[in-house]
Amino acid sequence: MSLLELKNVSKIYGELHALDHVNIKVEKGEWLAIMGPSGSGKSTMMNIIGALDRATEGEILLDGEDIAKKSEKALTNIRRDKIGLIFQQFHLVSYLTAVENVMLSQYYHSVPDEKEALEALERVGLKDRAKHYPSQLSGGEQQRVCVARALINYPEIILADEPTGNLDEANEEIVVELFRKLHQEGTTLIVVTHNPEVAEVAQRTIVLRNGKVDHETINENFTGKIKHITLM
Amino acid sequence: MKKRQMYIRMITASLLRRRSRMLIALLAIAIGAAILSGLVTIYTDVPRQLSMQFRSYGANMILTAQEGQLTQEDVDSAIALIPSDKLVGAAPYRYETVRINDRPVLAAATDLESAEKTSPFWKVDGEWPAASGEIMVGAGVAETYNLKAGKKLTCTFAPETGSDGNEDEVVMDNYKDFTVTGILDTGGNEEDYVYMSREDLAELTGIETTYSVCEFSISGTSDELKVIAEKINGSVDGVSARLVKRVTQSEDTVLGKLQSLVLLVTIVVLALTMICVATTMTAVVAERRKEIGLRKALGASNRSIVGEFMGEGVVLGAAGGLIGSLLGFIFAQVISMNVFNSSISLMPWLIPVTILAAVVVTGAACMIPIRSAVDIDPALVLKGE
Repeated sequence: MSLLELKNVSKIYGELHALDHVNIKVEKGEWLAIMGPSGSGKSTMMNIIGALDRATEGEILLDGEDIAKKSEKALTNIRRDKIGLIFQQFHLVSYLTAVENVMLSQYYHSVPDEKEALEALERVGLKDRAKHYPSQLSGGEQQRVCVARALINYPEIILADEPTGNLDEANEEIVVELFRKLHQEGTTLIVVTHNPEVAEVAQRTIVLRNGKVDHETINENFTGKIKHITLM
Repeated sequence: MKKRQMYIRMITASLLRRRSRMLIALLAIAIGAAILSGLVTIYTDVPRQLSMQFRSYGANMILTAQEGQLTQEDVDSAIALIPSDKLVGAAPYRYETVRINDRPVLAAATDLESAEKTSPFWKVDGEWPAASGEIMVGAGVAETYNLKAGKKLTCTFAPETGSDGNEDEVVMDNYKDFTVTGILDTGGNEEDYVYMSREDLAELTGIETTYSVCEFSISGTSDELKVIAEKINGSVDGVSARLVKRVTQSEDTVLGKLQSLVLLVTIVVLALTMICVATTMTAVVAERRKEIGLRKALGASNRSIVGEFMGEGVVLGAAGGLIGSLLGFIFAQVISMNVFNSSISLMPWLIPVTILAAVVVTGAACMIPIRSAVDIDPALVLKGE
């Protein structure tokens, strides 16, 4: 049984079919990239998988359970217990320190544990920046705090929306390296990206176009390491 | 770390690390609380302040004997039943007909020091009598006898015939020389009297001092005066204490209207404060839409978000209420000094009441923006839409 399965999922806004009968399976421990041009339905899919939005029709099976018809409260619980979210804009709480931002995720999940939160920051190489506020951190560091916050509750899926969209090349590499480590540890990763370099490091890439799956590619030479293309 | 500790840590961080924003909200609450606290102080203190002002109207309670005359013991017993901080003055009067230049004049003997307190509206051209042999005469008497302050006069008193009833017995008139210290101008009956001390009248008449009436000037509301009068009537035998309704009723009318006015202003200010705080809190919540969206995305329930924002509101309300109650006292003090020319004492019970009111108003004002905040769609706000 797949960890996540979308069966004929559609999202319709009036006349617009943001997602049009999409079928996708994601296996446990898989690293999947979702690509596509603007307006292709990437964000809509991300929101539906992340239990932030509802599909108009179709089934969304997470661990074999259809979450498509769940109540608002149940979706909140799913986000809390099973999903780790990483955003392009980081979305850290400005008045909380790095470690407090990580603990915020624990607070809603179970019980805040500063030691564990510090360990999570250590995993992303930011233990020494734990007491810094987001404004005192670089973009790359903020995104790493965001990764630590996403992984702190050991979610079943880490869902990253354009995680490197606001980062320079060096920080992009650091974040991708973190994903590689998480994947090695058995974490399921779904990364929505515009960036082919980031998509190429995933095991599999799905390309969306006009709300439909246009095609999908398997990375035969999967290493999880980024290869930068040098423009001549 | 317990959840509660993290909750407190988040609220503290939000309040302390977003200082400029929170100071604006705190200021709005503190100003509202200050005006509210100040007006309640004035509203509560107005009866006392006006009661003091009304004492210039003269006596508001009189004591008479049910039969015959009042004794000094009756007067002392009645005074003992009046709270000392409320008693402005107690002036017992004895009236006798004396003669000046062989013409009858009514003499009023009293405790002149107390009479000055119970009748502050009396206008005296000169001085009140302060020593034996000094007399104050009404303007009518002064005109009749062409008297001025400093002039001398002799009062005579014809005692009753001897106790054996022998009308042929020749009895000599008593007399006493007085110096006029002042001319009394009231525009009323008082101008036809002469005023001397009880001791001088006793010396002149040779009669042990008893009183026709005792006038009291008591600071207090009509209800408080009624209680005092009932207490005197119930405790002191043979006397009758009555309120001077002309004075007490007009006091009640003015007081009632003024209190209604202050109450109305207080209600309007409370409503304006609530609108002001609600507007400020709406702005504070609105600028945190992304944060709310993030919290919801991380799995925060609506209840949890309401709890966190209400927690901030309660702390802000309590702090604003505390600051406001102290500022309100200063505000009330300034008004009291300027309007009533007297100070107000701090009412400690008003501090917790103001804090509670500020917390309730802030909480209620927060509810509107928070309720809309929990309806935020995290997918939308986190995309920046």
